[in-house]
Amino acid sequence: MSDKSKIILNSIELDLTINRLSFELIENHKDFKNSVIIGLQPRGLGLSKKIHSIIESNIQNNIPIGVLDATFFRDDFRRREDVIIPNKTDIKFSLEGVDVILIDDVLFTGRSIRSALDALISFGRPSSIELLVLIDRRFSRELPIQPTYIGRSIDVIDNEYVLVDIDNVNNNVVLKNKQL
Amino acid sequence: MKHLSVNHLLGIKNLTEEDINLIFNIADSFKEVLSRPIKKVPTLRDVTIANLFFESSTRTRVSFELAEKRLSSDIINFSTSYSSLKKGESLIDTANNILAMKVDMIVLRHPNPGACSFLSKHVDAAIINAGDGSHEHPTQALLDAYSIKEKLGNIEGKNILIVGDVKHSRVALSNIFCMQKLGANVRVCGPSTLMPRFLNNLGVEVSHDLLDSLRWCDVANILRIQLERQERQFFPSNREYAMLFGINKEILSKVDKDIILMHPGPINRGVEVTSDVIDSSQSIVLNQVENGVAIRMAVLYLLAAKIKRS
Repeated sequence: MSDKSKIILNSIELDLTINRLSFELIENHKDFKNSVIIGLQPRGLGLSKKIHSIIESNIQNNIPIGVLDATFFRDDFRRREDVIIPNKTDIKFSLEGVDVILIDDVLFTGRSIRSALDALISFGRPSSIELLVLIDRRFSRELPIQPTYIGRSIDVIDNEYVLVDIDNVNNNVVLKNKQL
Repeated sequence: MKHLSVNHLLGIKNLTEEDINLIFNIADSFKEVLSRPIKKVPTLRDVTIANLFFESSTRTRVSFELAEKRLSSDIINFSTSYSSLKKGESLIDTANNILAMKVDMIVLRHPNPGACSFLSKHVDAAIINAGDGSHEHPTQALLDAYSIKEKLGNIEGKNILIVGDVKHSRVALSNIFCMQKLGANVRVCGPSTLMPRFLNNLGVEVSHDLLDSLRWCDVANILRIQLERQERQFFPSNREYAMLFGINKEILSKVDKDIILMHPGPINRGVEVTSDVIDSSQSIVLNQVENGVAIRMAVLYLLAAKIKRS
């Protein structure tokens, strides 16, 4: 099968989108006195760090940032061929009473976010949780979960997947065919 | 993606180095879970586990029970003091009766070596050995190795000393297998009456000189004198044992480095080790207990992942 890929966001557009999302957050969270940023493992990590650094350089304030792995809260344990190996969780602060901004790269079925919401509550009862995603795969949700901040909404058919490449040289978002 | 190479944890002997490292990798994540305000995850909420303890145990039973509860599994506790075993029921009958109640995993402690292996061949459940006679105690060795790795960064090339009642100790055999698989050099030290035969066949150095052994090692794992397993006298008195093989401040002062001291518990204070030593900063006894829960959660998680859904 041929590897047809289509660029959804090129490098310049990606930077613009991430900047826009960061300023949307600043607009809503002002000085971030009661707000924290949590990147969802594995692929929300790079995006969360980038947004965190843009916000910090603009508001001159330290914002707590953490990284969450929701493997143990997933609903597909023993439903897969492989055992799921967790990534690192690193949240060195309590989430009790704070406004959490949860960040992931692509929102698809909503199942990862569902497990992340459950996992977050283990760190305290946040005042609120917002969800920021770079790419929203519309019309593919299996659970009633909607993002608060969206970089780009796209329609994707079943044999395609979205590849967000922030940490590497490409710095773009590409729609690819699954190798069948 | 990986799986354990085994469906039961019967002993360290059956594990590969990759298995052990996989367990350590998952235990790291569970250790982080145990530091959260809410230390519970829902992963095993559809798994039922029976803890069958045919021999007394405090810390292993509590540690397994806590690990199972932290993973949200349903548990049944069963010990000889109030079981039908006293009425003459066989091990297989007892286990099958429990399995009829839809149990997925069995954590078994038994006085007879090989009981876990025997049960694994006759019942349809994942078996975890929580100590079978003087044979193996795999989760203890795993948590010991994990605690050493946490302290020293690596086990490969390190000198690990096991001191004391090796003959009656399941901890010793599992530790020998585990440390060797991870590339450590293992030496055992104790009175010759407490050394089993054929230890040399395992590639283990045997010594009867405690001071020399302490100077050689990076880590000393001090075993408990198992008075309950000694059907006859193996040394004249506890006092004499303490004089020759007990670890105290005086002998440690002759070792010109800070070695790490471990003990699987329960400790006979004043016999195999003195209180001032085992309560000192060189001791990682409480780290072992803490890591035990994370290691057992990892073992339960990895074995449960291999159970087919009905």
